[in-house]
Amino acid sequence: MEFPILSLMLAVPLAGAIACLFLGAQAARMTALLATLINLALGILLWMNFEIGGAQWQFVERAEIFAGFSYALGIDGIALMLIMLSVFLMPICVLASWDAITKRVGEYMSAFLLMEVLMIGVFAAQDLYLFYIFFEAGLIPMYLIIGVWGGDNRIYASYKFFLYTLLGSVLMLIAMMWMVNQAGTTDIPTLLNYDFDPSAQTWLWLAFFASFAVKMPMWPVHTWLPDAHVQAPTAGSVILAGVLLKLGGYGFIRFSLPMFPEASEQFAWLVYILSMIAVIYTSLVALVQNDMKKLIAYSSVAHMAIVTVGLFAFNVQGIEGAMMVMLGHGLVSGALFLCVGVIYDRLHTREIARYGGLAINMPKYALFFLLFTMASIGLPGTSNFIGEFLALAGIYKVSTLVTLVCTTGIILGAAYMLYLYRRVAFGEQKNADAAAMPDLNAREWAMLAPIAAAVLWMGVYPESFLAPMRQDIAALEARIARAAPDFDADNVIGTPREHNANYVAAAHGEEGAH
Amino acid sequence: MHPILLIVFLPLLAAIVAGLTNKAAPSIFAKSITTGALFVSAALSWPIFLGFVGGTYEPTVVPVLKWVQSGTLTFDWALRVDTLTAVMLVVINTVSALVHLYSWGYMEEDPDQPRFFAYLSLFTFAMLMLVTADNLVQMFFGWEGVGLASYLLIGFWFKKPSANAAAIKAFVVNRVGDLGFMLGIFGTYLVFDTVSISEILAAAPGMSGATIGFLGYNVYTMDVLCILLFIGAMGKSAQLGLHTWLPDAMEGPTPVSALIHAATMVTAGVFMVVRLSPMFETAPIALGMVTFIGAATCIFAATVGTTQWDIKRVIAYSTCSQLGYMFFAAGVGAYGAAMFHLFTHAFFKALLFLGAGSVIHAMHHEQDMRYYGNLRKHIPLTFWAMMMGTLAITGVGIYHLGIGFAGFWSKDAIIEVAFARGTELGMFAFWMGVFAALLTSFYSWRLMFLTFWGKPRWIESEHIQHSVHKTPEQAGEDTTGGYHPHESPISMLVPLGVLSIGAVLAGQIFAPTFLDDAAFWGSSIFYNEPLIHAMHAVPYWVKYSALIVMLIGLFVAWLAYIKDTSIPAKTAEQLGPIYRFLYNKWYFDELYHYLFVVPAFWLGRQFWKLGDVGTIDRFGPNGIAWVVEKGSVGARKFQTGYLYSYALVMLLGLVAAITWVLF
Repeated sequence: MEFPILSLMLAVPLAGAIACLFLGAQAARMTALLATLINLALGILLWMNFEIGGAQWQFVERAEIFAGFSYALGIDGIALMLIMLSVFLMPICVLASWDAITKRVGEYMSAFLLMEVLMIGVFAAQDLYLFYIFFEAGLIPMYLIIGVWGGDNRIYASYKFFLYTLLGSVLMLIAMMWMVNQAGTTDIPTLLNYDFDPSAQTWLWLAFFASFAVKMPMWPVHTWLPDAHVQAPTAGSVILAGVLLKLGGYGFIRFSLPMFPEASEQFAWLVYILSMIAVIYTSLVALVQNDMKKLIAYSSVAHMAIVTVGLFAFNVQGIEGAMMVMLGHGLVSGALFLCVGVIYDRLHTREIARYGGLAINMPKYALFFLLFTMASIGLPGTSNFIGEFLALAGIYKVSTLVTLVCTTGIILGAAYMLYLYRRVAFGEQKNADAAAMPDLNAREWAMLAPIAAAVLWMGVYPESFLAPMRQDIAALEARIARAAPDFDADNVIGTPREHNANYVAAAHGEEGAH
Repeated sequence: MHPILLIVFLPLLAAIVAGLTNKAAPSIFAKSITTGALFVSAALSWPIFLGFVGGTYEPTVVPVLKWVQSGTLTFDWALRVDTLTAVMLVVINTVSALVHLYSWGYMEEDPDQPRFFAYLSLFTFAMLMLVTADNLVQMFFGWEGVGLASYLLIGFWFKKPSANAAAIKAFVVNRVGDLGFMLGIFGTYLVFDTVSISEILAAAPGMSGATIGFLGYNVYTMDVLCILLFIGAMGKSAQLGLHTWLPDAMEGPTPVSALIHAATMVTAGVFMVVRLSPMFETAPIALGMVTFIGAATCIFAATVGTTQWDIKRVIAYSTCSQLGYMFFAAGVGAYGAAMFHLFTHAFFKALLFLGAGSVIHAMHHEQDMRYYGNLRKHIPLTFWAMMMGTLAITGVGIYHLGIGFAGFWSKDAIIEVAFARGTELGMFAFWMGVFAALLTSFYSWRLMFLTFWGKPRWIESEHIQHSVHKTPEQAGEDTTGGYHPHESPISMLVPLGVLSIGAVLAGQIFAPTFLDDAAFWGSSIFYNEPLIHAMHAVPYWVKYSALIVMLIGLFVAWLAYIKDTSIPAKTAEQLGPIYRFLYNKWYFDELYHYLFVVPAFWLGRQFWKLGDVGTIDRFGPNGIAWVVEKGSVGARKFQTGYLYSYALVMLLGLVAAITWVLF
């Protein structure tokens, strides 16, 4: 058995989480930073040792526990990328909380490290029940982070978050139990190739959908997100937007599509309609927000809608695009929340109108904010463009109408993000306290610069990220090809039309003057 | 190393260095490094262009880096150099280098110079990526990159609310076009299974007559693809319907207007249609649309241009109108003529804008022509440069002598070729083109007469009042207010001089190459030889029509703005509604405001307040919480602690269980 690197990646933050509980504030911060940095290093090691084009499941670990339930870990390229996203964002989150969190620092850092354990666990789990435990337990630290360290209305927000996400999960658990009973195994790789009866798939798909749609979040079960973001501390928002929102998409890609291909096709129309509504609806809602975090939260819903249409395009471009949107959005919306956090720490308000003219006194901040704004609206050369472009190219093969509606997101997205940027960074400095804010400090540089680099890397040379996933997504496409929906844009070769390129009106030429 | 790598990436490098050092170094550093990079790029571009003119240069593609591979959808970073690219290279780099130089003088007093020069160089890089694109996605990269630079430069003076509004408007309206472009790329990939331009163009003729589903309709494949792509071109090139951003873009500094909103970026749409000309040739309906939109824009913008008072807005509408010429030239199949006009227009329109900048510089930032007058005697060098530009744009030249200014060669070619094509749309475009030429002459001379002739009206201007600390009353008879316009510094005059040479000679020298030399174009565009022969064979009245209308326009402008200056006001009064309609730009801005902007914000608020808060939350989480709360109040009643109520529940349960078992 090879070196259990995945277990180690779970153990390091877990040990850190326990240690933090007993440490003073500063020691807890240092411990948390150290633990997350070690995990980042382990993540890089994981990526470097991941064999592209090798076995589908790598770094596999397995220990039987009881009654078919086993501690089984292993990753494919898709999981690898999402784990990388998590371990990359974690040290940044610790830095973001460095000065902002002053009460119960040990517990706070402990909750965050526990969060990391559970997120890595979700992506690495190879046992259905193990996945469920990680998936659901992730709610608890997030619930605490919002509920204890959140804003004024944190209790309402944390209950809303918990209830919404738990409701769907109960249905998913029932579905999982039925599946294990039917297939006789809890092993995810085996289940991926198990063909459930199409009529049973319908119900299973709906049960899973109830959970993933909330996590995504899809319209109309998205209303927990703006509240949770607004109340969460900055780092909480970063993890929420950066990683937790990706659990829904990961669920679709890992369970709904490969395990229930027929049902996925059957309900694709539902996904399309909800996504189309989400793009238009939440983009317009984002346009009229006065609270920065709410605006970005609503924009996340619109971006996640591109993920869902991409996944349900049933083709390579759609799914790869959806994955790239998830990774890109994880970086960019995380960075945008950090940008909000930077000025929130200085002025303690999220109200857009209280700022203005920041490009004058915070030019470096304005540059980073501009880059992430542009990335958010999918400017080519940044991470989000690659994802959106591929996802929409994928869905175009299925439905031109869905593509048209979802592509309007690029117009609306530009409108609300540039409108936000204008109100925050441009214009006159109308508030003296905002005008007196200092530019980025070294800690904030250390948070934003790595994300900026990653955003550009992903936009200019996305091959680094596409390559590990290529084989897995090809396998997924092959698996679901039998259920792929019909194309509405069928191209039919016809008889060539009269080629009149060289037509010149004869009457004019005759009276010509040479 | 291929020189194209230097040409494209030097401006990027300069932009990054200048932008990141920003105020850490003296502004001379950023200015030198960006301007230096651009002059090197320009110097390297001309040999390539002349190589193609001389027929010694072979088209080539220089690979740079892998970009995306997703299934069969693959595209890489690569730089394509062929005749069409070479034409754009010299246009972009020459004008950009001159504009960089010009900005040394024009932006002298601005505190943010490094940022300005970094943006200019960034723009140039994006534009070069656009024209060297070997696949549609890289073209889109450049397309959006120039959009970003345009956004940043329009909003360069970001404290001004009007500049910010104009910047956002430019970006968002362009995005409407980009929607079409993106769908066009998706459709093209679906049909051809590639986004490589050369592969698409090779396969396009085979798709003639093919049909495809689009939004539930069955339509001609090539037409729908070309129309979608053309919608992108309409946005970038400010064609009728998506033109509203261009006049507002004049909020940016004047060198920006010259480079981006006259010579280069706005011609990207024309470039795209010409680059994809073999594809458009298989799409007659799309070509008809290109012709129609081009001709309509050409006339629309010219009519508006005749009524504006802001010197930059007149030139902006003029640009819009000239782009219309280029589009209908492409629409009737004369891609060489379209590119030729793009080429000459870049010189004389950049000249006019930079000249206007020089006037504005001399007039203490006043842009309203009503407050100019008599400047000919005060800034003679600027005057002569503007004169060359005006002679070029109005198309002065005599066919039988074979001499003329740049615009004469290219605009007349377009008017003639539209006539020669002879189709109904061609004739429509021809008449629109002739009429627009009349208006072009009128508004151009109007601009010249208002600015450089007549009596000084300077003291009416608030800017001048600020400068001389006088009100019109205090100034009394002296309408100059004692203000002394001064000629611009040498850094601004040199670009004016160089561009003047271009405005005079570019047509004369390159007309045979662009219009008649099929070998020059090679396979880089669709070259329609019979059409060019027919163009040369049109009747004399067609050949002289442009000159005749130019003289009429000159005469009317002279009459109204020199002979009897009361005519314009009287005419405006007599034509009341029509004048207001034109002066208010056909009310497009108002229409779009009430059609799109207001409803978008209204809907946003409704969705938020009535949808999210009023419905989803009310009946969703809050509703469930309410039910649980009320339910628990009910449930509490069972748990009273009294034995008899528990006994009752037990009894009921027992009855129910027995009933279940027995029946």
